[in-house]
Amino acid sequence: MRELLADIDRWKSQGKRVALARVVDREGSGPRETGAAMAVNQDGEVIGSVSGGCVESAVVGEALAILSGERSARVVTFGYSDNEAFAVGLTCGGTIHLFIQPLEW
Amino acid sequence: MTVYTTLATRIRANQPVALATVIDGPHIGATLLISPEGILGGSLGDGELDRVVARDAVGELEAGRTSIRHYGPQGQSTPEDLVDTPTVRIFVESFSPPPRMWIFGAVDFTAALAKVAKVLGYHVTVCDAREVFATRRRFPMADDVIVSWPAALFEKEGQVLGPRDAVCILTHDPKFDVPAIQGALRTTAGYIGVMGSRKTHAKRVERLHEVAITDPHDLARLLSPIGLDLGARTPEETAIAICAEIIARRTGRLATSLSATTGPIH
Repeated sequence: MRELLADIDRWKSQGKRVALARVVDREGSGPRETGAAMAVNQDGEVIGSVSGGCVESAVVGEALAILSGERSARVVTFGYSDNEAFAVGLTCGGTIHLFIQPLEW
Repeated sequence: MTVYTTLATRIRANQPVALATVIDGPHIGATLLISPEGILGGSLGDGELDRVVARDAVGELEAGRTSIRHYGPQGQSTPEDLVDTPTVRIFVESFSPPPRMWIFGAVDFTAALAKVAKVLGYHVTVCDAREVFATRRRFPMADDVIVSWPAALFEKEGQVLGPRDAVCILTHDPKFDVPAIQGALRTTAGYIGVMGSRKTHAKRVERLHEVAITDPHDLARLLSPIGLDLGARTPEETAIAICAEIIARRTGRLATSLSATTGPIH
């Protein structure tokens, strides 16, 4: 989170809408610890990471869908035990649960 | 100030802060910001839920832990209260460095203590001067395994230890534990435990006198024999006795059974 603050502040001062994705839980080996975060603005600009690059592009899609109002804030799971029909896995074989929401607080 | 701006300010100032977010349940996405002194802003949508989550978040923050916790919609938290109740899942994210535990002596008790300390959220460093014993293979659960004499480690990094941190000296060997105690006493570590029987400790105090550690305040900081009186025998039981003593010292409790006392539990 700390490493995202400068860019989020800049985006907010430009009046851009921002979605925040955070690792809230993980099973098995995961490349990033809980609390790892990335942020996406309405133009699709991205900062931070939540895995080793395995799932970030899917997260961007999800974040943009949330910012456009197409979807609402929710927990999204990536990994082998994934029921959510995401075609993305983690190379390490672990599972991560992300909470993605608009940064409106 | 919004929750975000307060959060950003505190993170930048290295002040401990916890952010609680509803990730499942009513008011999904709602946030509450908590400092060790209490609620700073925001709400999870229910006053009682806010109160209970804030109470728990203070403990999580102290341990530097980040986790998902489950409650009823009005903050119910006991298993009985949660039966037949839809649960609210709250992600509590702590922004504080984890407390540290430095363990001196690479013995069997060390492995068990490191394991229990990890459960409690400590960043665990194992230190021993003997290269064959202080190995990653023997202590895979530790965050750092350091081959060093205690004085050198305290010299280099002792200033990072503070009131939330613990030093556990398990060596039994005067040439190792006397310098470890000297180093630990020069820090502001909140807990300094030293292993050994009452007899060993009495002899150790004599040796400490020889190196000019005579101040009763210094000697009173040393918890030896180490741990609560649980009748612990095995390394694992001893690890629980040590960690229980650390918690009791932090909270200022007498560590008797709750069933034998009255008054508030938390």
